[in-house]
Amino acid sequence: MADRSQFTEQAMQYMPALYTAALRMTRNPADAEDLVQETFLKAYRAFGSFEEGTNLKAWLYRILTNTFINSYRASKRRPEKADVEDIEDLYLYKRLGELSAAGAGRSAEDELLERITDDEVKRAIESLPEAFRMAVLLADVEGFSYKEIADITDVPIGTVMSRIHRGRRALQKALLEYAEARGLVTAETRA
Amino acid sequence: MGSGENAADCNETVERLYQYLDGELTDQRREQIQRHLDACSPCFQAVGFERELRIVIASRCTDRVPAELIERIRSALLDEEKT
Repeated sequence: MADRSQFTEQAMQYMPALYTAALRMTRNPADAEDLVQETFLKAYRAFGSFEEGTNLKAWLYRILTNTFINSYRASKRRPEKADVEDIEDLYLYKRLGELSAAGAGRSAEDELLERITDDEVKRAIESLPEAFRMAVLLADVEGFSYKEIADITDVPIGTVMSRIHRGRRALQKALLEYAEARGLVTAETRA
Repeated sequence: MGSGENAADCNETVERLYQYLDGELTDQRREQIQRHLDACSPCFQAVGFERELRIVIASRCTDRVPAELIERIRSALLDEEKT
C-alpha cells in the first residue's frame, strides 16, 4: 500500500509529461491545466490503492485519460472519420523521395526532419481524430508499450495496434502537408 | 534474399515495420527482419527514416509547464493533506 506522503516526490516528476499529453488531448491550455490538476488530486486521493513498485507513470496516465474522457472531451460529437486506408506504408518516406528540399544540397527527408517545428508537430498530432491521437501520443511521444497503452485506454491490444498504425499514417500525411505549406519541400526538381 | 526461416523479405519487413520499431516482435521475428535489413539497403534506409521521424516527433512535442500551474497543484495537494 503506497504512502501518501511519498506521493508528491514520486508523482510530480511526471507532471511535465502529463501536461504535454493534456495539451494534445484538450487542445486548449486552460483546460489542459485544469485536467492536470484534477488528475493529480484524483491520483493523490487514490494513491493508497496504488501498488508500490508497479508502473506509476502508466497509472497516472490512466487517470489522466479517464478524466479527459469523462469531463473534458467534447460530448456528443459525431465520431471523427479519417480516411487513412489510402495512405500507404512508408507514405512520408516515399513522398519525400519524390520531392526536393528548399535548402541546397539537402534531401527532402533531412529538410523535414531538421526544420519541422515544435508547433507544426503539435498541431499535426492535434489534428488527428481522438482515438488515433491518443494512440500516437502514448506510443510515440510517451513511449508506452502496446500492453501499457491497452491498460491505460482499456482497449484490446489488437485495437491499440490498429489505432497506432493508422494514427501514424494520418500523422505522416499531416506532417507532409505542413512541410509543403511552408515550402520546406517542393515538387520542383533542382538543377 | 529469401523469405522463410532465416530472413524476412521486403514485404514482410514493411508489414512488420512498426512492430519492429516498437520492440513488439518475438526475438525470432526481430532477428529475421534484422537479417533482412543487414542485406537490403532500401529497407535499411526506410527504417532509418521512420526511426528518426519517431525521435523528432517525441523531441518536438514538449511544452514548458507554467510555473503557476506547479504552484497551484502543490498548494492543492497540501490542502488535501490537511483534510
